[in-house]
Amino acid sequence: MAHVQDIEIPDAAARVARAKDELSDIHDEKMVLNMGPSHPATHGVLRIVLELDGEVITKADPDVGYLHRGDEKIAENMTYTQFIPYTDRLDYLAPLANNVAYALAVEKLLGIDDKLPPRCQYIRVMCAELARISAHLLGLGAFAMDTGAVTVFLLTFTEREKIYDLAEAASGARLTTSYTRIGGLSRDVPPTWVAMVRKFLKEFEVALGEAETLLTRNRIWVDRLRDLGVISKEMAIDYGLSGPNLRGSGVEYDRRKKAPYLCYKDLSFDIPTGSVGDCYDRYLVRMEEMRQSMRILAQCCDKIPGGATNESKEPVSIQDGKITLPSKQKVLSSMEELIHQFMLVTEGVNCPPGEVYFGHENPKGELGFYINSRGGGVPYRLKIRAPSFVNLSILGELLPGTMISDVPVILGSLDFVMGESDR
Amino acid sequence: MSALELANKLKAKFGELIAEPMEFRGEISLKISDSAQIHEVCNFAKRQLGLDYLVDITSVDNYGEDPRFTIIYHLRSVAANIELRLKTDVSEEKSEIASVISIWRTANWHEREIYDMMGVRFSGHPDLRRILMWEGYPYFPLRKDFPLAGKPTDLPNVAFTKPAPLEGGPFVTVAEKADSTAREPRVRNPEE
Repeated sequence: MAHVQDIEIPDAAARVARAKDELSDIHDEKMVLNMGPSHPATHGVLRIVLELDGEVITKADPDVGYLHRGDEKIAENMTYTQFIPYTDRLDYLAPLANNVAYALAVEKLLGIDDKLPPRCQYIRVMCAELARISAHLLGLGAFAMDTGAVTVFLLTFTEREKIYDLAEAASGARLTTSYTRIGGLSRDVPPTWVAMVRKFLKEFEVALGEAETLLTRNRIWVDRLRDLGVISKEMAIDYGLSGPNLRGSGVEYDRRKKAPYLCYKDLSFDIPTGSVGDCYDRYLVRMEEMRQSMRILAQCCDKIPGGATNESKEPVSIQDGKITLPSKQKVLSSMEELIHQFMLVTEGVNCPPGEVYFGHENPKGELGFYINSRGGGVPYRLKIRAPSFVNLSILGELLPGTMISDVPVILGSLDFVMGESDR
Repeated sequence: MSALELANKLKAKFGELIAEPMEFRGEISLKISDSAQIHEVCNFAKRQLGLDYLVDITSVDNYGEDPRFTIIYHLRSVAANIELRLKTDVSEEKSEIASVISIWRTANWHEREIYDMMGVRFSGHPDLRRILMWEGYPYFPLRKDFPLAGKPTDLPNVAFTKPAPLEGGPFVTVAEKADSTAREPRVRNPEE
């Protein structure tokens, strides 16, 4: 008769102690291992130079910049609207959220962020939350695959495909959405969109439950993640971590609650936090964030002004010829609108001189845009505060003392994306 | 407590060193007149005022003005949920400012990035290397006098040995020109 065999998996600290013990008779033989920039577990082009004592890491030096495209320099050379497509390519797992973040930053500079039409605000929130689910799903799938659970990857990618369909229905593109405009959206969502979101939520709940069943109480998964890569509260704040990595360490800081923008004030949702700050906590926080995003989406579906089909013709852009493009029909029939269109397209939105910082709660953390304007339609300086860049800087302190097989787990739990880190 | 009260506390402590708080779009900015004092001000801000979270450090190149560079610190108190912006100018001859790593460790990569992109050095930084560009790259690309197209270099097989296709291209708006005809990309001949 077959019987269940108990397997013994030591915790992270015991694994390290055992590996050190095995090497106790060999002294001072350090090896330098170059991991990346094209390593499957580094999720892009992160390179880490590891110094190893046997299997234990003694020093880690992350090297970023392989995907540097000079986005900040490019931004100084074009109008505010022209830069929107570049934001798609920052965190390319959540382009809709980047679009929303950038548009809000420019609107803050213009002083119109509280004048956005309610329908626009709701659609933006829905886009940001769909992007959050999409990014967390990829993070989770890749994380699980690096740890040996390939099934989860297949599950999450099926669901991500549905989010791509939603993005395509709204904006016309799956990845390069460029959906927002300064002062609104490029267009309203199609009448069937809200029903599509509802259908997605129904199916996604099942899939997320399945993924959770596969992982959350899975012995191997828990043993590999628990007590590994522990980031204390103080360390997380000191290193400027943001997003799920900060909340995984027990700091309840979420831009949606602490500096509410759009219509987040009218929606009810909770901010999950961890208690230990290990890889398992960060995993749990992301899982719960997806559930909270579903809550937000369901509320938005019910409350969206104008309803699904928008029969009352609620606007999705600010009706101001100096900020958003007038309708084509008006451009061709009225002199003033024609001039507005010409000025907006050639000169850009005329922004006042000044400086603003806007931090948006992106899936990876706080995506901040600092805009230094000297007036006119082009930023004098645009700085992108990329959450992945800041989150990665902790690696040099987090990795030493762990084993080389723990590196993919820690990297997966930090969930970064290099397009954003390198800009 | 509000950001303005914090700013006034800083001003009370350091007096003449700090200019009047500027408010724009609900954000408070403080200008520190002497960049040599930045470490003391930041230290006080963190230890006494509880601004424990350094959101970002960034730099602006005021090309053609003196002092040339502005370094900008975005500070935050996580517990009190207050944000404050500190600014200080660094001249081109000096091009150096004290590092704040000993106050916030996250400053490490931000300062490396500013050194990489603007060429402002941080004294007391333990590991001031380039971060986004590669070691040995000769220029500071975010300076205003660095062309968008890049500069040719003698290094073999390195990007930017030829001008990048973007600058002067048919789809690029020229930022400096005030005249809309000159800025309109489609009327410009890229060969000019």
